[in-house]
Amino acid sequence: MNKKDIGLLILIVVVGAVVATINPRFLLPINLANTSNLIGLFGILSIGQAFVIITGGIELSVGSLIALLGVLFIDLIANHGMAWPLAFMLILVLGGLIGLAHGWLITRLKLQPFVVTLCGLLIYRGIARFYTADGTAGFAFGQNFPTLEFLTAGRTYGIPNSFIALLVIMGVTWVVLHRSVFGRYLYAIGKNEEAARYSGIRTGRMVMAAYVICGVLTALSAIYFAMYTRSISPASHGNFYELYAIAAAVLGGFSLRGGEGSIVGVILGTILLQELQNLVNLLGIPSSLNFAVMGGVILIGVLVDQQWDIFRAKRRLNKAAQSISSN
Amino acid sequence: MTGNGFTATDGVNHAESMPGTIDTSSDARHQAAFLSLHDVRKTYPGVVALDGFSIEIRPGEVIGLVGENGAGKSTLMKILGGVAAPDRGLIRIDGVDHDRLTVENSLQSGIAFVHQELNLFENLDVAANIFLGREPLHGGPLKLVDRAKLREMVLPLLKRVGANFTADTPVSELSLAQQQMVEIAKALSIKARLVILDEPTSSLPLAETEKLLGVIKGLKAEGISVIFISHRLHEVESVADRVIVLRDGMLAGTLARDAIHHDQMVKLMIGRALKARTHTSEREAGAVALSARGIRTATYPHRTVDLDVLHGEILGLAGLVGSGRTEFARVVFGIDRSLGGELHLDGKPVLLSSSADAVATGIFLVPEDRKLAGILLDFAIAQNISLPNLSAHSANLLISAASEHTTAEAQRSNLGIKAPSVKTRVGTLSGGNQQKVVLAKWLAMKPKIMIFDEPTRGIDIGAKAEIYRLMQALADTGVAVLMISSDMEEVIGVSDRVAVMHEGRISGILAKEQLDQENVLLLAVGKSPR
Repeated sequence: MNKKDIGLLILIVVVGAVVATINPRFLLPINLANTSNLIGLFGILSIGQAFVIITGGIELSVGSLIALLGVLFIDLIANHGMAWPLAFMLILVLGGLIGLAHGWLITRLKLQPFVVTLCGLLIYRGIARFYTADGTAGFAFGQNFPTLEFLTAGRTYGIPNSFIALLVIMGVTWVVLHRSVFGRYLYAIGKNEEAARYSGIRTGRMVMAAYVICGVLTALSAIYFAMYTRSISPASHGNFYELYAIAAAVLGGFSLRGGEGSIVGVILGTILLQELQNLVNLLGIPSSLNFAVMGGVILIGVLVDQQWDIFRAKRRLNKAAQSISSN
Repeated sequence: MTGNGFTATDGVNHAESMPGTIDTSSDARHQAAFLSLHDVRKTYPGVVALDGFSIEIRPGEVIGLVGENGAGKSTLMKILGGVAAPDRGLIRIDGVDHDRLTVENSLQSGIAFVHQELNLFENLDVAANIFLGREPLHGGPLKLVDRAKLREMVLPLLKRVGANFTADTPVSELSLAQQQMVEIAKALSIKARLVILDEPTSSLPLAETEKLLGVIKGLKAEGISVIFISHRLHEVESVADRVIVLRDGMLAGTLARDAIHHDQMVKLMIGRALKARTHTSEREAGAVALSARGIRTATYPHRTVDLDVLHGEILGLAGLVGSGRTEFARVVFGIDRSLGGELHLDGKPVLLSSSADAVATGIFLVPEDRKLAGILLDFAIAQNISLPNLSAHSANLLISAASEHTTAEAQRSNLGIKAPSVKTRVGTLSGGNQQKVVLAKWLAMKPKIMIFDEPTRGIDIGAKAEIYRLMQALADTGVAVLMISSDMEEVIGVSDRVAVMHEGRISGILAKEQLDQENVLLLAVGKSPR
């Protein structure tokens, strides 16, 4: 954990303490469980986004993918009688393939990530709506998948299994990003793709791999979201979720230019965002202001962070000047 | 620098004896100085950037200003430009004394700068760039640009700098030297009396450099003074009336026209005599290491490059900028695909589809643009060094920081990288030390072919010598070294053989006996050597 992460953690605790004093229901197990469930769902897709942002890219089609893959998943197991583990794998593979397609367009055909994934955002949303004829995809009355439901929406010792899934993914991706050769390559590419290439790194493949990871994690969270809501209206399901992910990454210290950020950071960012959502609900702030609160907090956070950096740089300079003049 | 014991030798006038009586060759000798600095001192937190510095500048005088990086050249420029205020001292312009100059003072006094990094707008044409913000306007409320008048004003300026392009050429279509001419024309347009050229030739090819030096002589003939800052000493030698050498913020010495010699300048710059660079290496070149046959690049798709680099030699690759040298290197390093032809390494064909293939084969490249392609400024020294070789520093795909650290430490002491620790960010190092990190990256592996593209550009003279030493050491151990360079001294002083490129093909190869400046130049412009 670096200093920024600790700062963010303190902010999360302080905001939590304030909300808890005003409305003690914040600390009720039911509220904590609900919030951590949401943290799990959004955390998984935010980690996916983080891999892409590290390379200096962006993935805007996340929300639409969550709608499309969610619809497909429910349709496969509810209407086509496919065994859920098979459907589960199929959706993950599909997410990976879509990520691969994005990565290929970006690295081989040299299209800009923003453009490619913006088109994805429009295309997948359109397909999802067309597939269901703009209807709602859901389960028939009495249809049950006990194991699947336990794994996705269930709880263990009161802890949502989605949150536990996030912790596992967090552990794995932390090792991948911060300890593995692949992770180092991603940071190098994000910082300076040309220099990475001149160091003999196959930059194209690495970037493609980042989009594949993002696709797979998005697909996983699509299944979790589908099992959480249990019915999907494809016109609105997952709207703006890519922005939640990007916001979490930015709050967590990522640079959209690439090469900066950590797994702990993006998770803390996700936690803070969900805490703010919860705060809006618990403090009786009109839910229409939801986005405004989030935007305001992110803006302030980024501003404080930047001013703090300037302040530290100045202090360092002064110290250096003092140490020299005292010699 | 450690050369405190330096004493004056023939023709060297030290700061203590003021340079008033030295100038014997300049036709400006009868004119009084219009601009002078007296005992100027400038400090920054923790550094004395300039101390006790005095200079007089007479009309029509070309002053060469040399010194290592950090010697105080930029500080002097900032003071003249009105960007920095001296702590002490006087600036006298036309008999008026100033404690400091403002930017307006500087402009009104006719001091103009042509910076190393050009400040032109590539999307605008020549005329628009020269009079940007000062365009002649039609009357009326719309304040439209009077294009006819603009053209009329620009033409004489272009003529004065000997431009071979028109006023409406987009700057993006101009060569670097032509862009510099635009900058100089811009300086003339503000009726400059002193033009300060900061490293104008550092990225210019040979022929264009000649052109620029011609322009400087033209300015001199018009009575305009020039301060010419350069690391390329033979150019200073050819154009300066007087040379001022800065060292550690102090005037290290002044050389009059007759005393301007390369060796004298170097001696004053570093405070000691530099060992002659002509190598007396005993090594024999071995078998052919890299053999390129019929290589074609996208820049010159109809020309082919055939070239052999031998084990244990430094093959210089000279030529004009844009002759296809860097493009050839990029193909050999697998960055670009060749349009045809084949590469052999030790007699075996190699197929490079990426730089990763080249690295795996033992072909390494130290690129031309260090910051863009050579290093990661935000990475630590150790992480930069391990980057191409992470598989050797990892088990089960997980990186061992200890292993990275050990290797980096070894390279740090081997190359003499000056840094507090190998965890230091490379961005905080000086240019020379950054270049050493790029080298360390490859030396930590097993190079078979080392390609250097402009290895000492923008590096001070001390670090240069060390880079040369490392290159010689590599060749001594049998590595085939290919050195692309536009620096004539470097090409001739360091190489065992020199291949010269002209418009996408090798126009000739010079053995050591034929190696001189004239032959390289002749081949570079496509003629036969003597």
